[in-house]
Formats: sequence, structure tokens, C-alpha cells
Amino acid sequence: MGSQSYEEAIAALSKLLSDKADLGSVAAAKIKQLTAELEAAADPAKFDPVKRIETGFVSFKKEKFEKNPDLYGTLAKGQSPKFLVFACSDSRVCPSHILDFQPGEAFMVRNIANMVPPYDTTKYSGVGAAIEYAVMHLKVENIVVIGHSCCGGIKGLMSIPEDGTTASDFIEQWVSICAPAKNKVKSELTELSFAEQCTNCEKEAVNVSLGNLLTYPYVREAVVKKSVILKGAHYDFVNGKFDLWDLDFKITPTLAV
Amino acid sequence: MAKHSAEVVIEGLKKILIKEKEGMDEEVQGIVEMFMAELQGGMAASHQHDPDAQRLERGFDFFKNKIFDKNPEFFEALAKKQQPRFLVIGCSDSRVNPPTILNFNLGEAFMSRNIGNMVPQFDQLRHAEIGSVIEYAVKHLEVANILVMGHSHCGGIERLMELPDPTLTHDFLDEWVKIGLPAKNKVLEQCNHLGTEEQKRLVEKESVKNSMANLLTYPFVRNAVVNGTITLRGGYYNFDSGTFQQWKLCTKPMP
Repeated sequence: MGSQSYEEAIAALSKLLSDKADLGSVAAAKIKQLTAELEAAADPAKFDPVKRIETGFVSFKKEKFEKNPDLYGTLAKGQSPKFLVFACSDSRVCPSHILDFQPGEAFMVRNIANMVPPYDTTKYSGVGAAIEYAVMHLKVENIVVIGHSCCGGIKGLMSIPEDGTTASDFIEQWVSICAPAKNKVKSELTELSFAEQCTNCEKEAVNVSLGNLLTYPYVREAVVKKSVILKGAHYDFVNGKFDLWDLDFKITPTLAV
Repeated sequence: MAKHSAEVVIEGLKKILIKEKEGMDEEVQGIVEMFMAELQGGMAASHQHDPDAQRLERGFDFFKNKIFDKNPEFFEALAKKQQPRFLVIGCSDSRVNPPTILNFNLGEAFMSRNIGNMVPQFDQLRHAEIGSVIEYAVKHLEVANILVMGHSHCGGIERLMELPDPTLTHDFLDEWVKIGLPAKNKVLEQCNHLGTEEQKRLVEKESVKNSMANLLTYPFVRNAVVNGTITLRGGYYNFDSGTFQQWKLCTKPMP
């Protein structure tokens, strides 16, 4: 699309805004947002983050907040989500979009490659705090770890050289949490291409994270009592697929012989 | 993972049925079709006693049918590359999903979510989780904006205000929320006359500013801010009044 068409579209939208004084505020906000996006596309230097944030909030306020006073009134008093969700920071995998989560449904942690590290009060207090709050205070019923296709974090993990040299301040240290997944894939799936190995690692890493969840005593207790279910998932945005699986965890009594 | 294998088998069986249809014995065809039906039923049955799993499947089906399948060019381009303009650090609170509150579409915002939307100071031992998100966003995605977004009735800030608390201890939560201590101390010092609820609202906002300041302890953030390639922003969503405030860190000298 040449810049002329952008400018024509922007001019037409601006005219619409100024001509139609009685345009509903929702439509007006949408037009402003669309104008801002077109301006950004036509000339990236013109993107105005302040305007983008402002118009985004106005859309939310008019189309959702004010249209659902009961829901938002209840939520203002407290939250009782059924899910604790671990999802990647990737801008393309937002669970509110891909799983249609409404406000109040899912307590969320978002980090590189949706990882759950093992219990460690020194190294991993952020994740620990979120799990602690979700399980003990909010009493969530499900913990879901969602991996995804083309994950930069997993690719980074798979790309760490054999001698373990790292070039980053944090990234490689963080993604090494799921080194067991990488080792499994590299040793068992040698015939696959690097890209296919990465896809497998995305799913294996979810299973490593599910296993790490059990290193938190209150999670373990809740799973045994069946008050929390652990689930793994993988969102493939190349093919538009979503896989969901449970972690089967049993404690069988030992026999005294 | 049984679900994957079932899908593969069903696809294989479909191909056989189509290929062999003319020559295939009717009885054999019937058996294959029955087997396929059982497999498909088995897939649905695997979540039969789990309404929460069904909720997730339904949520994805809605997204797939109403959004993903209707915008193939958009999703094809997105699958190749993400170019978000924002790194947003938000709270894990289920009520304050930043993409919902600010109407961000997929691809617009790289997200970090933790208790109290906190950014601790640079620490390679204790804080690799947030460090890796910031590092990836700044060095690899080259985001132009980092937005720290706070909100009203934050459970993390509430806990911070309760400390020290000899009656209840946590393994992780109390140490984590102490990242916001400078904000709490500042508000208590300057606004001791205010009631607890008012103080909490102020600490929620001050904690955002504290986190913005902590961002500057990351050398790659500091360099980008000095070079003018990144702007640090703060935001506050008050869901009692339904309002959103935003502010930014100014780096130019004031006259």
C-alpha cells in the first residue's frame, strides 16, 4: 500500500471525525485508534505511544467496563480465578485472546518461555510468590503451563553451545531451567531437523515445568488432595492448533512385605 | 500424549477410506468408520469429567473460529515475526490483564506479569526471571517503550503494607513484595495523616515509579534511555473509578 493511500485514508477518517459531531464515543475512539495505527503504518516515526495507550483504554472502558457494571462491580471487591496460567511473554500468545479469558478468570505469570523453575527462595522468588499467592490465598483449581510454536526462549535454549558458554546477562541462565527437556530431545530425536527439535522441546519444556511445580510443597499437597489439577498445553500459531494435556500424578501406597 | 496419536490415526484412516472407497469391502469400511468414531469420542471423552479443561477448549475454539481463521494474512505475518512496540510489566491479578485494559492486539505488547508488577534492581542471582524478559525485549525485540502498569486493590501492595507481620509468614511472597519498600517508606513519611486505603492507593502508584527507577539499573535499559531509543512509562488503572493515568520518565534536562 503506497503512502498516498494511507494519507487518503487518514484524511477521510479525520474528516469523518470532524464532520460527524454526533458520532458515538465508541465509534469516535475506534476511529482515533484506527487513524493512529494508519499513521504509524504510513510513517513509523509518527507512532504516538501516549495516544495509543489512551485510545486503547477508552475502547476498553466504553465497550467492556461500562457495558458490564455487574461484572466489574463484583471484580472490584475481589478476585476468585479458577486458573493460574503460565504463558510466554511473547506478544503473539496472550491467553486472553487465544483462550478468550475474561477479566477475573485467570491469575497470570508471563515470562520467557513460560517456565516454572524449581523451588528456590533465593533465585526464583517472583515465580514462588505467584504460586504461593495463587494456591494458598486465591485457591485456584488449575495450574496451566502453556508453551507455543516459534518460541524464542526455547530456540535460545536449544542454541546454547555444548561447552555451555553464554553471551547474555540473564536469558541463557533463565532458559536453562528447562535443560532436561533439551537433553531429552537432543539425545532421543537426533534424526529431526533443528526446527522440529525446537517444537518438541517446546512441549517437553512444559512437562519439565509441570514437574517443577511439584517441588512446591503446597502444590504437591493440593495435587494429592485433588484440589488442584496440573495441565500442560501448547499453542501452535502456525497451524492454528491448541493441545491440552493433564499431568498424571499418583501416590501409591508401598507394600509392607 | 494420547490426543496427538489419536489425531494422527484418524487422519490416516480418513486417507485410507477415501483412497480405497471403491474397492473396499462394505463391512471393512464400517469397521474403520466405527474405529474413527471411537477415537474421536475418546478425544472428547478425555475431558468429559473436567469442565475446566472444556472451558479452555471452548475458549480456543472461539478464538480459532472468530479470529484466527478469519485473518489468515495477519496471523501468517505474525507467525514469521513479532515486532511489539511495548514491553508491559503488569500484575498477575486476574482482573488487570494489560492487553484487555489497553485493548492491545496480538503482536503489540511483550508481556511480563508478576505479583505487584514489580521490577527489582539488576541482580543476576536473584532476579533472572524479570531480567531475561527485559533483556530479550530491549536487546532482541528493540521495543521503543517499557510500560510499568499498576492498579488499585493490589494484593501485593496490600501485603507490603501489612509487613512486618509476625502472625503470618510466607516462603516467597514477603521477600518479593519488599521490592516496593522504598515506595511504602516514602508514602508513610510524607502522608502519615492519610487513612490506610488512601495510603495504599498512593503506594500502588509510587511503587510503579520505584520500578521505573529500578529499570535504570539494567545497563542495556539505561543506555537505550540515554540514546533516546526507549521511553520508560508508568501507568495506573483504578477499577473503582474506571480511570487510567499514564506518565513517562523525562530524560531531558529541565530549564
